[in-house]
Amino acid sequence: MKPDRNKFSIEEPLSLSLDRSRDDFQPLSSTSERKMHGRPRKAYKPEEEAASASKAAKLRSLQTQFMSIHHHKIYTKEAIDLSRKLLEINPEAYTAWNYRKLAVEDTLSREESNQDLVKSILDEELKVVESALRQNFKSYGAWHHRKWVLSKGHSSVGNELRLLDKFQSLDSRNFHAWNYRRFAVELTNRSKQDELKYTEDIISKDFSNYSAWHNRSVLLSSLLARKAEGFTPNEKIPEEYKLVHDAIFTDEDDQSGWFYHLWLLDQTVNVETPLLTSSWPSHGSCINLSGGDGCLNDSSSSKLTTFCSDLGSFPLILYFDQPVSGVSSSTVAVDSELRGNEDLVWEPVSNKNSRVSCVWVARLNYMSSEPCFPKEYKVKVRIGNSPGIVSSRGCNFSTPYEFVFTAHVHDTVREDSQEVIVSWTDGFDIWDAQSKDLNFLVNLDQQMGLKWRQEAIEEEIELFRALSDSKIGKLTLARLLMAKAMISENGVKGVHYEEILELYSDLMVLDSSHYRYYKDEHSVALLHKVTSSTESLSRYLFQYRDINNSICLRLNNLSLSRIASVEKLLFVQMLDLSHNELHSTEGLEAMQLISCLNLSHNRIRSFSALDSLRHLKQLRVLDVSHNNIGEHSVDTTRYLCSSPLSNSEWTEDEVGRQMTSLVTKYWDAYFVLRDLDLKQLDIAGNVIAGDEFSSFVPQVVPKLVWLDGQKLRS
Amino acid sequence: MGGFAGNTGHDPHVLYTLSAVQILALFDKLDILDVGKVSSYVAGLQNEDGSFSGDMWGEVDTRFSYIAICCLSILKCLDKISVEKAVDYIVSCKNLDGGFGCTPGAESHAGQIFCCVGALAITGSLHHVDKDLLGWWLCERQVKSGGLNGRPEKLPDVCYSWWVLSSLIMIDRVHWIDKAKLVKFILDCQDLENGGISDRPDDAVDIFHTYFGVAGLSLLEYPGVKAIDPAYALPVDVINRILLTK
Repeated sequence: MKPDRNKFSIEEPLSLSLDRSRDDFQPLSSTSERKMHGRPRKAYKPEEEAASASKAAKLRSLQTQFMSIHHHKIYTKEAIDLSRKLLEINPEAYTAWNYRKLAVEDTLSREESNQDLVKSILDEELKVVESALRQNFKSYGAWHHRKWVLSKGHSSVGNELRLLDKFQSLDSRNFHAWNYRRFAVELTNRSKQDELKYTEDIISKDFSNYSAWHNRSVLLSSLLARKAEGFTPNEKIPEEYKLVHDAIFTDEDDQSGWFYHLWLLDQTVNVETPLLTSSWPSHGSCINLSGGDGCLNDSSSSKLTTFCSDLGSFPLILYFDQPVSGVSSSTVAVDSELRGNEDLVWEPVSNKNSRVSCVWVARLNYMSSEPCFPKEYKVKVRIGNSPGIVSSRGCNFSTPYEFVFTAHVHDTVREDSQEVIVSWTDGFDIWDAQSKDLNFLVNLDQQMGLKWRQEAIEEEIELFRALSDSKIGKLTLARLLMAKAMISENGVKGVHYEEILELYSDLMVLDSSHYRYYKDEHSVALLHKVTSSTESLSRYLFQYRDINNSICLRLNNLSLSRIASVEKLLFVQMLDLSHNELHSTEGLEAMQLISCLNLSHNRIRSFSALDSLRHLKQLRVLDVSHNNIGEHSVDTTRYLCSSPLSNSEWTEDEVGRQMTSLVTKYWDAYFVLRDLDLKQLDIAGNVIAGDEFSSFVPQVVPKLVWLDGQKLRS
Repeated sequence: MGGFAGNTGHDPHVLYTLSAVQILALFDKLDILDVGKVSSYVAGLQNEDGSFSGDMWGEVDTRFSYIAICCLSILKCLDKISVEKAVDYIVSCKNLDGGFGCTPGAESHAGQIFCCVGALAITGSLHHVDKDLLGWWLCERQVKSGGLNGRPEKLPDVCYSWWVLSSLIMIDRVHWIDKAKLVKFILDCQDLENGGISDRPDDAVDIFHTYFGVAGLSLLEYPGVKAIDPAYALPVDVINRILLTK
């Protein structure tokens, strides 16, 4: 039975915050919030106004007297008692708590040898705190004062825990009390196991206590992380599933157990040690490399990946299953005869402040001065032979892994730099891909303890199928099926996606407030389905004749609101995502080979939403026409875009100096576009695309050749 | 000393120092400050572990991390603190549900989440946030009435239209709630006779909830309301003016 939490909010004795006649009313801080919640709106009757005014006058007089003793540093018994009177009426008078600390320190400095006096003074402080807490058990000032008193080395922790039990029964969700409990427990060295039992006691009396579940998660994850006696994931996690079921099934709308269950699922699916998920080039593949804008007319190469770059280098991409640091030439060895690659520099694909990422890239040079073309080079990549690659949670990449690919380097006949305009509608041929061309890496044999994980998921799936009618039932089932697909061996994969897609479609109707959450999850599941096998992916793969048969993935008109499965798409060079519902390019940064990107007819609202494209060093052709850029006053990617607004360093260039007002007006376009090396850009059909912006763009992107289909220079 | 108090005669505290700086920024009068003194007061409150105390008495809370970072960023003095340590401390307050509490191990609460996400946003450190996990926790704050609560199984309140909404906007997950329903909830909290907005429909109004209701409506693009910056709680044009000029 759920306790009625509203029953415990104490009626305010004074309507201080509404008294308009007060000049020096206690300033607003988040600690005053309790006075302003849950108070019915009503007009004040004259006698109520009068009573309120007289109380306010009394309080004002008390405050004036208090300010005097505080500024004159008067710490007599009477003065200290005055501060008590003030705090008992208004525990938010923070200056009074400060004063009391000064008074205590003053007395202690004179009487520290008199232990009895010291004890009685500190006891008095605890009494004052307790009575203030009765007024407002959420007063930050009161709780902090108590901690401060305890730090003077007094009071038994037994007393504190008894006090906490009292507060727990008044309001089991009071986070001040829970925080204070953690503080008191630390002073005693009470074991985590005992505290874990405490959370279990609370939960068994009332499952609807999110605070207890939260505390349980903190304690349990700590015990599991340090591998305490009897705390192994394969034993504990299945037990915890059983514990949380009551919380989920008893009241299908009560959220108390939802997030704990999701954490259990995360512990079940995600292995602690980092693993390599995929790479480009992939193991056993063959790539053709050529330089500049030259065209390879060798039709026999049409079945292989051809990579062209004016940079004379290609990206070697490593994609891990979780963010890691420490990828460098010491921890990853690249053996090949390609000259000029002695000191490879590995960079994380992430924002400048982070040295942690799932995706790491090193650029391998292939254009050397040696005139021996065409030549075949074998490249062997060995990861993790030396320690150093570490996950953000502190786990080492432990099992060394190696893969080998072949690079055919071709000399190119440099034709006149013909700036060919890329059309997205014609020039495409079907591509008959082999699975080794695509990078499907099966790493499951490296996973430890797969059996208990698969069993736990199967049991949960069975249980949740029975709960299918509720929102949490359907959502959890969809997540469980996705989890199952992720940790099962190849072959079973295609099977569950239809069911998952149907569950999300049901949820879009059942819980329409969160429609777009389910829509995003639906898009993720759809992309997982598309990339689940060579057969399904092939339906969307083409080769573009005009640019060396570049491999184009066409995912247009799929109602995609979100990007996913990029680890399987690292080989893609041209990507058509037009006519979808994307509002950001989050996730695309891993697709380092992309040279042409079509995002027309989507829901992009700003250039800041395209920030991830700054990581795509090969990008030359970008179409963002027919979106919503410039239409909205609220920018939801303002802080996800590296700029001075998020305190990112920037070097001012000529444009920045000469065109300050335009740079401020179009700040995100400026910062994003200046980091791209575009030849072709389409922005028509956006509110932002007017004369002013269209003349600003070529200033920011000097090498741009085509803007909205018009050639900018000869 | 450099710090500001809540009112004349009261003791200085970082809470009111930020409010003073925000008000002056709003009126473009930051030049009346002794920026060196104020920033030194705030920077001096950073502890060894990167956390911030509210004042000389040592209460530590991620609210103060946000306040210090927000304040120093407006004053363009972020280099006076160790941003790296400040970020590390905030990350140590991240919970398994994706949210943040006031100290390590403390329960996730929308107010604290706003402070931590805001501080990470201002310092270009949002990559530490699991946006999908936190986004789901935040979007589930929307209850049947359309209002938002601050944590699971609590009552909705207009002030969460700011704390939850701005957090969702900063991590680009605001599309996961029903904006129209939230607008309706905020408008239902107005006192149509005497003006002002309350925490819940038919409760007493106050300026705290009036501010957050209006700010929430701004984030929801309600017509006629100026655009507000979700990290600084100041108009976008004020922040752009301060931070986009070298």
